[in-house]
Amino acid sequence: MSPLFEVDHLQKAFGGLNVTRDVSLSLGKGDRVALIGPNGAGKTTFVNLVTGHLRPDSGQVLMGGEDISRFNPMRRVRAGLVRSFQVTRLFAEMTPEEHVALAILQRQGKSGRMAGSFQAMPDVMRETYETLETLNLTALGRVPVSEIAYGQQRLLEIALALALRPKVLLLDEPAAGVPHSDTFLIENALAQLPADLAVLMIEHDMDLVFRFAKRVIVLAAGEIIFDGLPGDATNDARVREAYLGGYANGSAA
Amino acid sequence: MSAEASVTAMPAQNRGWQRDLIGIAVILVAAIAGYFLFPNNLALLTRMIAIMLLVLSLDLVTGYCGVATLGHAALFGSGAYAAGIAAAHFGITEPITMIAIGAVGGALAGLISGIVILRGHGLAQLVLSIAIIHLFHEAANKASEYTGGSDGLSGISPDPVLGVFEFDLWGRTAYVFGIVLLLLVFILLRILVRSPFGMLCRGIRQDPVRVSAMGASVKLTLIKMYVISGLVAGVGGAFNAVSTQVVGLDSLSFTNSAEALVMLVLGGVGSLYGALIGTIAFVWIEDLVSAANPFHWLTIVGALLIAVVLFAPKGLYGTAATLLERYRRGGK
Ligand SMILES: Nc1ncnc2c1ncn2[C@@H]1O[C@H](COP(=O)(O)OP(=O)(O)O)[C@@H](O)[C@H]1O
Ligand SMILES: [Mg+2]
Repeated sequence: MSPLFEVDHLQKAFGGLNVTRDVSLSLGKGDRVALIGPNGAGKTTFVNLVTGHLRPDSGQVLMGGEDISRFNPMRRVRAGLVRSFQVTRLFAEMTPEEHVALAILQRQGKSGRMAGSFQAMPDVMRETYETLETLNLTALGRVPVSEIAYGQQRLLEIALALALRPKVLLLDEPAAGVPHSDTFLIENALAQLPADLAVLMIEHDMDLVFRFAKRVIVLAAGEIIFDGLPGDATNDARVREAYLGGYANGSAA
Repeated sequence: MSAEASVTAMPAQNRGWQRDLIGIAVILVAAIAGYFLFPNNLALLTRMIAIMLLVLSLDLVTGYCGVATLGHAALFGSGAYAAGIAAAHFGITEPITMIAIGAVGGALAGLISGIVILRGHGLAQLVLSIAIIHLFHEAANKASEYTGGSDGLSGISPDPVLGVFEFDLWGRTAYVFGIVLLLLVFILLRILVRSPFGMLCRGIRQDPVRVSAMGASVKLTLIKMYVISGLVAGVGGAFNAVSTQVVGLDSLSFTNSAEALVMLVLGGVGSLYGALIGTIAFVWIEDLVSAANPFHWLTIVGALLIAVVLFAPKGLYGTAATLLERYRRGGK
């Protein structure tokens, strides 16, 4: 049987810079994978490539054996491939309630309805507030996003992804910008995800990575240099080198 | 928890509708006041109604979807010509049928404009919209056999409305007919903009990438809105043809498009109320100033626009609404 999600020999260069070099990986039902790597390793680019926000130079993306490489972002979401954004992308003038309701309506095929209001749909309202509650956002349900703190906007970003009920979820640094005291909300939300959902999370907080992931993939300079158990990653010579190199550069800058 | 949420949901929803009921009441009162205060100026008020429909239609694509266009009169003019040609050449003079034909004409023009304009983004979008209005204008000019070319299309003599209310010299029937159309369209549009579809459009204006990451089609949604916008502008154009009994090339002009945008910005985008207020303010000032001093009319419009954009960037309605909101919050 073909894996739930498969990436095959993905390549991408910006000008002369090879940002994604021959990346292949696959995820199965229920996988909890962390994708780590120094800044600029190409993690976000990888997510952009597989979700259709960027076009790869070559390589394929498959969902359940079906080649979705030619799908636009919208069709990939409908195929069950959902992402969150490293830098929050929300509707500044809309409320968390409207955001989540819109995602639910979209999933249910009701977002094209030209009359009525989601607030008059009890099932949509119930699910909206269940989702907001998971991320402790209920009290902010009616506040425009432009007036809520960035950390909470990050949580809403995750709520949106959850509301789409994906098969494969790609989270790009969900905890970046969330106050440390609130990261438990993200962990709680992750813990409540359906067991058969495959999750790939990009994350820098190693504590979070070790608690969450059963498998770690390390990307450095566009290349996968490690794919295995979390415990083995820290002892891997190439991983150490990549990180030490990264830190050395970082402190020199 | 969820039970609590749905309980707290009801008042907010009712408050929205309350505001709309107040809005509709205000329009009605203003309409009646206009009828009695300016009995000799009903033609001007009637023209205002036609333009309001155009500006409302523009608000749908510009205010709600964020599409920049200087070619929106293409939708209005198409509706006007569709209704006018139906009456003058095919003897379809029943006014409500004429309005319906105008709506279809406007919707078709909306579909064509949408498909062309939405291929571009930002500046390219603006240029495409200008190209569209010039093409429509030229097409109407060339098809003079049907449109009367630069002489305009005349010979439109609509039947009495519902077979009872004849179009009179004072323009009373036209005015009341227009108010009824406007109210009907306005109510339908308020329902539309608060629907899931309306919310999706607002989302597209704020971040199309986020909308596609939700699995919605940005393009298809915008095209649908363009067609609806065409229906509304088409009704406006057809109503103009019915009430003035002529259709001129100016209804399909760049100037007409640009003025509609000015009115929308003046009133405030993205609320529908702003579209109405902006039209009244603009047409009224135009009438006042051009009578007093025809040479400086454009100067005054220019100065007014600069003042609004600099000091009240949300437009007359948007600024008033913000002030009111601040006052209410402060008052609590
Ligand atoms: N649109 C782009 N055009 C050119 N270079 C880009 C673009 N996006 C990313 N890059 C470059 O690709 C590299 C990888 O970036 P990114 O995928 O954001 O890294 P990460 O998410 O791992 O920190 C960086 O060197 C970045 O400057
Ligand atoms: Mg990144």
